[in-house]
Amino acid sequence: MQFVSAFLSGLVFGLGLIVAGMANPAKVLGFLDVTGRWDPSLAFVMAGAIAVGIAAFAVARKRTVSLLGADMKLRDARHIDRRLLGGGALFGIGWGIAGFCPGAGLVAMGMGEVKALVFVVAMLAGMAVFELSERRKRAAQLRTV
Amino acid sequence: MTIDWNAFTPWSALAGGLLIGIAAAMFVLLNGRIAGISGVVAGLLDPVRGELGWRVAFVLGLVASPALYLVAGALPHPKIDAGSGALVLAGVLVGVGTRYGSGCTSGHGICGLSRLSPRSLAATAAFMSAGFVTVFVVRHLLHV
Repeated sequence: MQFVSAFLSGLVFGLGLIVAGMANPAKVLGFLDVTGRWDPSLAFVMAGAIAVGIAAFAVARKRTVSLLGADMKLRDARHIDRRLLGGGALFGIGWGIAGFCPGAGLVAMGMGEVKALVFVVAMLAGMAVFELSERRKRAAQLRTV
Repeated sequence: MTIDWNAFTPWSALAGGLLIGIAAAMFVLLNGRIAGISGVVAGLLDPVRGELGWRVAFVLGLVASPALYLVAGALPHPKIDAGSGALVLAGVLVGVGTRYGSGCTSGHGICGLSRLSPRSLAATAAFMSAGFVTVFVVRHLLHV
């Protein structure tokens, strides 16, 4: 059942991106071009999503298991550090170069766009590099203990 | 700043946003997980027992969404101006950056802000401003 609900959540998420126009990099870049001819649409996407999200997370916060009986995995990290801001900045640079965030890249790939596939493969490679370097760091820490 | 009124689509943006919000709501209330796409995808690369199936299902749903959209009407055609080199650079930066920063537009920008998390607000400010600066540099300084 949880596979079905995960699949449906992904499906509705992707539909939302398409309807909003956010699977289209040119439209995302139009939002990021604040000093040029600016398309404020993305702000309306966020407003719509957050309006629903606030209510949902207010309910979710009070629960210890999900409606399907899964444990609630809502980490409540609060620290704001260099990793968070530096990582965010790197992501923003990549986002500004091509106009793809991870979700939009996957949805455009599902439209059969070869360029989106190139982006997604490079993104997976970037994530894998990060994963390997973290593992190496952890191993080095274990050796010094 | 001048608003591009021809490109501005407030109603479809709002409607799409509501759908995204509903998807995030479904995922947290049914699966107890945050619909942060970079996190969901990254978990595919370092699989933990019992955590793989729902990740695959969620990503399949995303990738299948254009097929469902096709049932209702013609798919809008995405306009991707970046060349292969730029796409690879962008992909690597998005991959590394979202892992370092523990999230992307969905995890921090939508779910995090919906949870009123100061950490996600800081991350969102960081990637938004980096995106603004990048497009300014690429379009208006380098004229690419």
